[in-house]
Amino acid sequence: MATIKIPPVLRASVGGEREVSASGANVGEVLRDLAANHPATQSQLFSAEGELNRYVNVYLNDEDVRVLDGLDTAVGDGDTLVILPAMAGGDGR
Amino acid sequence: MSVSSAELLRQIKSRIDEVDPSEVKELIGEGVAIVDVRGSEEFATGHLPGAKSIPRGHLESRIESAVPDRAAEIILYCASGIRSAYAARTMIEDMGYEHVRSMKGGITLWKDRGYEVEIPRALTAEQRDRYSRHLLIPEIGAEGQQKLLDAKVLLLGAGGLGSPTALYLAAAGVGTLGIVDDDVVDLSNLQRQVIHSTQRVGIPKVDSAEETIHGLNPDVQVVKYPVRLDASNIMEIIEGWDVIVDGVDNFPTRYLLNDATVRLQIPVVSASILGFDGQLSVFKPYAGPCYRCLFREPPPAELAPSCGANGVLGVLPGTMGLLQATEVVKLILDIGDPAIGRLLLYDALAATLTEVKVRRDPECPICSRAPDEIRDEELGVFPDYEAFCAAAG
Repeated sequence: MATIKIPPVLRASVGGEREVSASGANVGEVLRDLAANHPATQSQLFSAEGELNRYVNVYLNDEDVRVLDGLDTAVGDGDTLVILPAMAGGDGR
Repeated sequence: MSVSSAELLRQIKSRIDEVDPSEVKELIGEGVAIVDVRGSEEFATGHLPGAKSIPRGHLESRIESAVPDRAAEIILYCASGIRSAYAARTMIEDMGYEHVRSMKGGITLWKDRGYEVEIPRALTAEQRDRYSRHLLIPEIGAEGQQKLLDAKVLLLGAGGLGSPTALYLAAAGVGTLGIVDDDVVDLSNLQRQVIHSTQRVGIPKVDSAEETIHGLNPDVQVVKYPVRLDASNIMEIIEGWDVIVDGVDNFPTRYLLNDATVRLQIPVVSASILGFDGQLSVFKPYAGPCYRCLFREPPPAELAPSCGANGVLGVLPGTMGLLQATEVVKLILDIGDPAIGRLLLYDALAATLTEVKVRRDPECPICSRAPDEIRDEELGVFPDYEAFCAAAG
């Protein structure tokens, strides 16, 4: 089981949790497991073709999976995935 | 037998070599040691570029640590060439230095010729008091404080993130602070925008910020831009600043800022906040990744809410703004390890600060190219520009 850290904008889709567990042998499987349990995250994470959306970064521990093996990156027990869309809240209104 | 001082000088000068200022001028910056043997108060009024100060009275005891190599080429000078002649004789005949010459006519003749004179800046007594806690830190000292005073930092926004950053950079003595903000102080700002006040509701934020900054530190010059940053004004506004602090609240401007700062090679200290979470990174063009390397595309509107829509813990921008100010100081002083190539993630509720690595993208549409290859029309643009604008809304 891997731990997934959920960013603020996705927490509503996972019942408000900041961390969720999911299982899978690689990043793709883990994220699909997450989406299976929390259907609202499906379109937030994946395009219609099943690719990771380009505006979402996923990190395995501290490395962007795009510099590893993308969705095929192997995930072990105790690993942490961080889902990170950009935030632009700042000086605002 | 007594010798007049004039006769003594004549004798001494016949035993040493003198050099004309015009020849010394060619040697500036060429690795030749230039030593000013006047008193320190004279040195403080102006000296030859790159000269070291070793007053005549301290010559024998200090010259060895300043120039240990007896074979080094050394030029001595004083006000008119008298003290430096005596000093040259001492160094050659008593101390064994081999290549010492005295500059004819001293700095008086040098100035008459119109050559460049460097005037050392010193902190005033009041500044030594004001910044005393900085001066006590070895990594800062008077030299570091002077760097802060000479620095020019541009803040995008005098709001949630900009307020605390501006306060602490002003306190630190950053000499010039630019503020870009077209907004007016609103009551709802005061839950977090601590540079403003209840009395100033309704006043332009740049004016309010300036008032607070001057009350805190009159050393700081504030340059106000009461405008919204966009493609038509960005190059003109950001040019000439040493560091830019980004706390902008929308994606199009962040991407525009990124592209323009990569082109001008200006580092950006960037933070963003939402709810109880903050992100922070430092983008130093070509030394590390740029914003586009980190976030290739902005998210659609429903994944990019603003604080106005979703709220923010008041103290959170304070925390992130101060982390930004810290990175700015580190960049100015060139100390420590700025968060380049790292994205810091602060979770206020969990009280955790974690980080992820940010790599330069070899195919980045902006920073994989040389600065002058980035064209004006490309700044802030995405291939699917219309969809981007609509999405970012």
